[in-house]
Amino acid sequence: MEFLNALVLLLNYTIIPAVTYGSQLALGAIFVTLIYGVLRFANFATGDMMSFGTMFAVLLTYYFQSIGIGIGILPTALITLPFAIIAMIFYMLFIDKFVFKYYRVSKSAPVQLAMVSVGVMFVTQAIIRIIIGPFDRRFMDGEKFILKASEFKEMTGLNEGLTIKSTQAITVVVTIVLVSILFWFLNKTKTGTSMRAYSDNEDLALLSGIDPKKIVMLTWIIAGCLATIGGVLYGLDKSYKPFVYFNNMLPIFAAAIVGGIGNPFGAFLGGYVIAFAEIFVTYAYKKFFTYLLPEFLEPDSLVQLLSTDYKFAVSFSILVIVLLFRPSGIFEGKKI
Amino acid sequence: MRNYLNIITAYSIMLFLIIIVGIFQSWSIALSILNYCLISAVMTMGANIQWGYAGLINFGIMGYTALGGLAVVLVSVAPVPEAWSAGGANMLISLFLIIALVFSIRLILKKYKNNKYKNYLIALTIILGIILIRIIASHGIEAIEAVNPAKTGFLGGLGMPVLFSWIVGALFAAGLAFVIGKIALGLRADYLAIATLLIAEIVVSIIKHEDWLARGVKNVIGLKRPVPYEINLQTSPWFINLIEKLNQGKLNLVSSFAEKKDLLNQLVIDASSVYVKLCMTGLFLTVVIILLIITQKALYSPWGRKMRAIRDNETAAGAMGKNVVKEHLLIFILGSAIVGLAGAMMVTNDGLFTPGSYRPMRYTFVIWVMVIVGGTGNNFGAILGGFVVWFLWVEAAPIALFLINFFTAHLDETNAIKAHLVESAPYFRFLMIGVGLLVIMRYRPKGLIPEKINIK
Amino acid sequence: MSFFVGNQMTAGYGQGPDIISSCSIKVNRGEIVAILGPNGAGKSTAMKAMLGLLKLKSGSVILNGEDISKLSPQDRVKKGISFVPQTKNVFAELTVKENLEVGAFLREDNINNIIDEIYELFPILKEKSSQIVGQLSGGQRQQVALGRALMIKPSVLMLDEPTAGVSPIVMDELFQHILRVKKTNVGIIMVEQNAKQALSISDRGYVLVTGENKFEGSGVELLKDPEVRRSFLGG
Repeated sequence: MEFLNALVLLLNYTIIPAVTYGSQLALGAIFVTLIYGVLRFANFATGDMMSFGTMFAVLLTYYFQSIGIGIGILPTALITLPFAIIAMIFYMLFIDKFVFKYYRVSKSAPVQLAMVSVGVMFVTQAIIRIIIGPFDRRFMDGEKFILKASEFKEMTGLNEGLTIKSTQAITVVVTIVLVSILFWFLNKTKTGTSMRAYSDNEDLALLSGIDPKKIVMLTWIIAGCLATIGGVLYGLDKSYKPFVYFNNMLPIFAAAIVGGIGNPFGAFLGGYVIAFAEIFVTYAYKKFFTYLLPEFLEPDSLVQLLSTDYKFAVSFSILVIVLLFRPSGIFEGKKI
Repeated sequence: MRNYLNIITAYSIMLFLIIIVGIFQSWSIALSILNYCLISAVMTMGANIQWGYAGLINFGIMGYTALGGLAVVLVSVAPVPEAWSAGGANMLISLFLIIALVFSIRLILKKYKNNKYKNYLIALTIILGIILIRIIASHGIEAIEAVNPAKTGFLGGLGMPVLFSWIVGALFAAGLAFVIGKIALGLRADYLAIATLLIAEIVVSIIKHEDWLARGVKNVIGLKRPVPYEINLQTSPWFINLIEKLNQGKLNLVSSFAEKKDLLNQLVIDASSVYVKLCMTGLFLTVVIILLIITQKALYSPWGRKMRAIRDNETAAGAMGKNVVKEHLLIFILGSAIVGLAGAMMVTNDGLFTPGSYRPMRYTFVIWVMVIVGGTGNNFGAILGGFVVWFLWVEAAPIALFLINFFTAHLDETNAIKAHLVESAPYFRFLMIGVGLLVIMRYRPKGLIPEKINIK
Repeated sequence: MSFFVGNQMTAGYGQGPDIISSCSIKVNRGEIVAILGPNGAGKSTAMKAMLGLLKLKSGSVILNGEDISKLSPQDRVKKGISFVPQTKNVFAELTVKENLEVGAFLREDNINNIIDEIYELFPILKEKSSQIVGQLSGGQRQQVALGRALMIKPSVLMLDEPTAGVSPIVMDELFQHILRVKKTNVGIIMVEQNAKQALSISDRGYVLVTGENKFEGSGVELLKDPEVRRSFLGG
C-alpha cells in the first residue's frame, strides 16, 4: 500500500506533467530540427512563430465563444486549430518569400540566416503585441478534469490522489497522432523521402529531379502545423503569454540539440529528455521517501536536488554536457 | 577622405538628433539617452570584436552584462557584518569546496586519461561534491537571508570605490568567457550562438535566485556613484551661484524676490540632474575613447591582421601555423570583458541592480542589431550602431504615437482601432528594430559604415 | 556522329577565365571513354559542362543528334544522362533502397523491376538494402552511387573520379562493375587520376592539358604513346 501510494505520488507530480510538457517541447523541437535540416539555419524566431499561431487560435476561440460555437466537453480551441494553422502557414510563406528566400537563393552562410531570423523574431513579436497585447490569457474551456484526485482516492482507497487534466490527455493524444502521421509521411511516402534526401544532400537531390521550391514550401507547411499545434497545446495546458512563448524557445533548442539537430525522431525524444530532467531534478522527494522508508530513516529536508527556480538551468546544463561529450546529440544528428 | 566624411556626417546627424531631443523634450532626457548610447556603444564594441574581428557569434551578451552589474554590487556595497558572522564561514567553506572540486576533476582528467570509467568517475565526484556543498551552503544561506531580509539579507560587498568595480566587472566577464570558450568555442557558429544564449540564461537565473549573493529579484538600490549626488549639489553654494550666474538674464525678468527664489530653486534642481548626467557622460566618453583607441590600434597591428586572416579563412590561417583555437579564446575573453565593463557602467549609471530586468531581448538581441546595423568589423560603425539603435529603441514609442495620431487624425477619439493602436504604441519599437535589421541586412549587408581596411 | 557529343566547348566559372576552351568529347553507347590529364586541366569542368552545371560560352552539347545545350541539368538527366559526383554522391542518411528510389524520381513507371536489375548488377546492395548508406564501406558506397545513377536507365553515365580515395583492391572491383555496366549498352565517360588502370578498361581516352584536347585515341594507343607515357603515366 505504501509502495502504491509512493508510485501514485510520483506519477501524479512528475511523470504525467513531464509527459505533457515533453510532448509540447517535442513538437517545438521537431519544428526547429526540420527548419535546420531542410532550410539549414537555426531559427531564432521559433518561440514567436509558435506564439503567432497560438494567437490566432486564442482570438478565434474568443470569437467562437461569443457566437456560441463550442464542442461540448472539449476545448473550443481544437476547432479553431485548422483556421489558425492556415493563417500561420500563410504568414510563414509570406515571411519566406520576402525575407528568407533571398538568402537561400544567394546561398548565404547559415549564420546570416540565423541573424535574419532574429529580425523576423523582432517583427513577429511586435505584430503579436500590437494585435493581442502582452498579457496573460486563458482560453481553455470545456471539461477541466478527466480524473479528479478525490474520485481516484474513492476508487482505490489510496491516500494519494491522481489527477489527470483533460489538457494533459489532449496534449498526449494529439502529439502521438501528429507525430505518427509525420513519421509515416517522412519515412513511407515519396514526398517525405525526397524531403529527407534534400535535407541530406542538396546537390544530388537537385540532380535527382527533386524540386527545391516544393520541398521548401512543404517544410514551412509542416512547420506551421507543428508550431501552431505545439503552441496551442502549451497554451491550453498553462496559459498564453507572448513573453513565455519567446522564452520557451530555449528549452526547445536544448531538446533539438540533445536529440541531434536535423534528426526529427531525435528531437521528439529530446523533448522528453529535457522535460523529464527538468521535473525529476527539481521535484522534492520528501513525501515519496516518507512512504517508502521506515520511520526512523525519514528525511527531514525536502530532498530536492535543485530548487524549482533552476528549472530552465537544468535543461541548459544537460545541453552543455551533451555538447561536451556528444556534440552530434544523443541520437546522432548532423555533424557540427 | 570620403570615408572619414561619411563617419563625420553620420555622427553629426546623431548628435543633432540628440540635441533636438534636448530642445523639444528636455536636456535631462537627452543626456540619459546619450549616456545609454555610450553604454550601448561599449557593449557593441565588445560584441563587434568577437563577431567583426573573429566571426564568433556570442548570444550571451546578457550574461556578461549581468555579471558586470553583479560586480558593482559585490565591490561597492558596504559589507553586512551580521550576515558574514551568521553564514560567512559556511559560504567560504563552500567556495573552497568548489575550487577543490574543480581541481580534483582536473586531477582525474590528467591521471586517468585513458581510463574508460573516467567520465563516470567525474560524474560521481561532481554529484558527491554538489551534495556536500549543498548541505554546507544551505545552512549558511538560510542564516544570511534571515539577517534583516527587508534591507539586506545578503553578504554585501567590499565597500570599495565604485569605479574599481568596472575593472572587476570586466574580470568577472572574462572569467565566465574563459569557461564558456573552453566548452563551446569548437562548435559550429550557430551552435555557439544557441549554447551562449542558454549559458547566459543560466548565469542570470543564478543571480536572480541566489538571494544571499545580491538579494536576487529583491534588487539592490542606492548604489554608490562616482559622481556627486543631486541632493548635495542643490545645497552647495558654489553650484547655486554658478546657476544664478548662468541664468542671470532669466532671473532679472522676475521682479518679486519670492518668485525669484522659487525660480532659482527650480533651475537648480533641473541643473543638478543635468550636471550629474554630464559627469557620467564625461566618464563614459572617456571609456569609449580609450577603448576606441586601443581597438583601432589593435585592428591595424600585426595581431589584428592575424585575426582577420583567421576570420576570413580559418583553415588557411591554421595551416600557416596560427593557433586558431587560442586566438579565438583570447578574442572571446577580450570581447566579453568589454561587455562586462559595459554592464558595470550601466548599473553604476542607474544606481540600482535589478536582476529581474535582464532579458535576452533587450540585452542580447538589441545589442546584436546594433552590431549588424553599425557595420561589422568597424569600430566607428559599431559605436554608431549603438547610438542609432538605442536612439530608435527609446524614441520609437513617441515616433509611433505621432505617426498613429497623424494617420488616424480623421478618426474619432473613441474609435476602437485608434484606441487600440495608441495603447500598443510602445510595441512598435520591436517592429522598427526588426524591420530596420531586415532592411539593413538585405540592402546594406555590411552595415551603415562598412569595414574598410587601408593597408599602408 | 557519336551518340553524345560535347562539341568545341568553352566555359569557365562565373566571370572568371575560361577553364576549358574548344574542348571536344565524344562517346557512343556501350563505350567507355576516359578523360585524363594533369591537375587543373579542366577534366571535371568538361564533364560538368556536358551536364549543364555551368554555362557554355561557345560550343554545343548534342545528344543523339539533338542539341541540348540550353537544357537545365535536371532536364538533361531526364533525357538519360546520369552523373555521379566525386564527393557526396550518395544520400548518407537514407537506406540503400531509398537511395535507389530517389534515383528514379524522374521516372513515372514501375521501378521495382529496375531495382531488381540493379540488385543483380550489384548483389551486395540487395543484402544491405535496408541499411543506412552512411554505415557502409567506401567501396559499397560507390556501388550505391552507381546504382542510384543507373536507376533512370541512362544512355550515358558520367563518373567523376569514381575510384578517388578507395583502396587498390576496391578499385579493381569497381572497374569490374563499370565494365558490367558498359555491357548493358550504356555509354560511360569517366574522369580518372589512376590513368593506367583507367585506360586499360577504356575503349578510348582523351588527354586534356590547360582545357584543350592534347591527345586522343584508343586506350591501347594512348598507353603505348611515348609522349603520353612520359608526361602523364610516369614512364
